[in-house]
Amino acid sequence: MSAALVEVRDLRFRWQQTAAECLDIAELRIERGEAVFLYGPSGCGKSTLLSLLAGVLLAQAGRVALLGQDWRAIPPSRRDRHRADHVGYIFQQFNLLPYLGVRDNVLAPCRFSARRALAAAQRDGSAEAGAERWLAAMGLAPELWRRPAGDLSVGQQQRVAAARALIGHPEVVIADEPTSALDEERRDSFVTLLLEACRASGSALVFVSHDHRPATRFDRRIALPAINRAADAAATA
Amino acid sequence: MTRFLFDVAWRSAWNRRFTLALTVCSIALSTFMLLGMERVRTDVRASFTSAVSGTDLLVGARSSPVQLLLYAVFHIGAATNNMRWSSIEALRERPEVKWVLPLSLGDSHRGFPVLGTTREYFELFHYGEQQPLRIAQGRAFDGLLEAVLGAEVAESLGYGVGRKIVLAHGTGELVTAEHGDKPFTVVGILGRTGTPVDRTVHISLQAMEALHVDWIGGAPLPGLHVPAEALTGRQLQPKAVTAALVGLHNRAAVFSVQRQVNEFRAEPLMAVLPGVALDELWTVIGTGERALLLMSALVAAVSLAGLVSVVLASLNERRRELAVLRATGAGPRHIVLLLALEGFGVTVAGMLLGIVALAVAVAASAAWLQSSYGLVLQLASPTDTQWLLLVALLAAGWLASLIPGWRAYRLSLADGLSPRV
Repeated sequence: MSAALVEVRDLRFRWQQTAAECLDIAELRIERGEAVFLYGPSGCGKSTLLSLLAGVLLAQAGRVALLGQDWRAIPPSRRDRHRADHVGYIFQQFNLLPYLGVRDNVLAPCRFSARRALAAAQRDGSAEAGAERWLAAMGLAPELWRRPAGDLSVGQQQRVAAARALIGHPEVVIADEPTSALDEERRDSFVTLLLEACRASGSALVFVSHDHRPATRFDRRIALPAINRAADAAATA
Repeated sequence: MTRFLFDVAWRSAWNRRFTLALTVCSIALSTFMLLGMERVRTDVRASFTSAVSGTDLLVGARSSPVQLLLYAVFHIGAATNNMRWSSIEALRERPEVKWVLPLSLGDSHRGFPVLGTTREYFELFHYGEQQPLRIAQGRAFDGLLEAVLGAEVAESLGYGVGRKIVLAHGTGELVTAEHGDKPFTVVGILGRTGTPVDRTVHISLQAMEALHVDWIGGAPLPGLHVPAEALTGRQLQPKAVTAALVGLHNRAAVFSVQRQVNEFRAEPLMAVLPGVALDELWTVIGTGERALLLMSALVAAVSLAGLVSVVLASLNERRRELAVLRATGAGPRHIVLLLALEGFGVTVAGMLLGIVALAVAVAASAAWLQSSYGLVLQLASPTDTQWLLLVALLAAGWLASLIPGWRAYRLSLADGLSPRV
C-alpha cells in the first residue's frame, strides 16, 4: 500500500458553527514509521488536531485519512474499529483505569481490537506475554504488573500508558503532551523509551509538546502555527 | 470483550461502592415499600375473605346481603329483624341441607360481641382454607352459664379458664344494662384464627335465652326476677335467632336452596352466598387499598429519580474514565453498555436487598402485627401483582439508568479523547 500513514488535505475545523475557525491546514503528511514532533503554544489546536487524526472528531471540510481511509467516509462503528486497530493513544496524565491492574490496563486495546490481540500473539505467543514484554521494555518491574494502576507514581503510569499504546503494534502512536506531568529527568528518559519502543515496533509516533527541548531527537518537527492558516485569527480572538 | 466490559463495570462500580451503596439502599427501600404494601393489601384481603369458609349459605331476615354478612360473620351492627325458630327447623328438614348453625347476637362483653349458638359450632364452623376451630384451653360449653372466648378476647382482657364474667345487654356504645345476676364462667379459650371469631364470646342459645327470660323490650321487667338457679327447669328453647349458617351435602344445590329460602312462605327470609357478599363488601372498602398502591408507586418513582440523579452526578467524575476507555478502543455503544450494565446491576442488587429486608421484617413482626392489628402476614411466594411490580421496577430502574448512558454517549462524542474537566 503506497498511501501515507496520515494524510491531511484542506482541513477545516471549528468547534461550533458560530465559533471562529480553529484549524485550517492545507496539507500534512506523515509516513509510516516516522517520528514526528508537533509543537506550538497552548491553545493553538494541537489536541484538536490529534483528535481529528484519530478520527474522534470529524472535520467540517477536507480530508483526514489514516492508512488511506478518510474518517468522514466510514460509519461510526467502523471508525471505532479502525481507531482501535491502528492507533495507540497517550494522554497528558490520568491515562489508566485506576481500579484495573497494570497488566490489564495494557491489555485493554486487545479486548477491543481483535487485530491487535492477534498481532501481539503472533509476536509474543499471547497477548498477555506481549503486555509483559512492553511493560518490561518500559522499565517496569514485574512486581508492579499485578498492582492496581492507581497505586503507581505518575511517571510509572505514563510508562504503563506507553506500553498500552504500543501493544499489538498499531501503525501510529499519538502522544498528547505525555511528559508535561513529569519532572525533567523523567521527561528525557520517557522520551528515550518511547522513541526506542516505537522504532522497535515499527509504529509511527506523533508526539505533541509545547516544550521543544526533545525536538531534535525526532525525525521531523512541525510547528502547528506555521501550517495552520487559522492561527492568526485564533490568536487575535 | 464482553467479559472485559463486565470486569470493568464491576471493578469501576466497586471503586465507587459507597455512592452506589446509597443508590442500592434507596432502590431497596422502594422495593420494600412496594412489595410490603402489596403484601399487606393481599393479606388484609385474604384474612378478610378467610373470615368464613365451608359455609354454603348465610340465612337471615330479609335485608341487604352486605348487612347480613356484617352481622352474621363479622358481628358488626345489628339485625333489623330476627328469624323464627320454626324457620330453622324447616331448613333442617330440607334434604339438601347437611347442617344449620343458628346464631343469636345482641349482647356484648366489654366491647366484644357475644354469640349465642349450638355446641356443633365448634366442629362445623370453618375459616381460611377449610380450617376448623381449635379449642386451645379447656373445653366447649356444656352447662348453661358457660362461655368460650375467642383468642383475642382472652388475651386483651387477660382472662383464663375459670374466670367469672358478666355480659351486657346491647353492643358497642349502646350497652344499656348488665346481666349482673347471671355471671358466666369461662370454660374454654379458642386458638387464634385471624378472623372475627377471635373477638367473640361464645355461649349457648339456651344461655342467651336465659339472660333475657325476665326481660322485655331491652329492659329487665320490674318485679319479675328469675334467679339463675331457677332457670334450668324452665323452657329455654329459643323462639327466634338472628341468622343461620347453612352447609349443604352438595354445593351444586346452592342456588336451588337459595331460591327456596328466598321464596319461603312463613316469613320474609334471605339466603346469601358468603363469597358473593364478601366481594360486594370488598368493593366498598377496597378504595383505601388502591390508595396504598398509588402511594407506593410514588415512593418507587421518587427513588428511581434518586437513582438517575446519583448516576448523572457521578458521570462528571467518570468522564475521564470513559475517555480512557474510548482511547483504548471502546466505542460509544460500549460506553452505553457499560452504564446500562451498571444500572441493571444496581437495580437488581437493590431489589434483592429489598426482598430480603421485607422477608426479615415480615418474619420479625408477624406476631406483633397479628396481636396488635389482627393482621396475618404470610411469608409466601410473591403474588402475581408482586411479580408484575418487580418486573416494572426492574424495567423502570434499568430505563432510568439509560438516561445517564445517553448523556455519557453524547459527552464521549463531544469530548473526543480529551475531556475538559
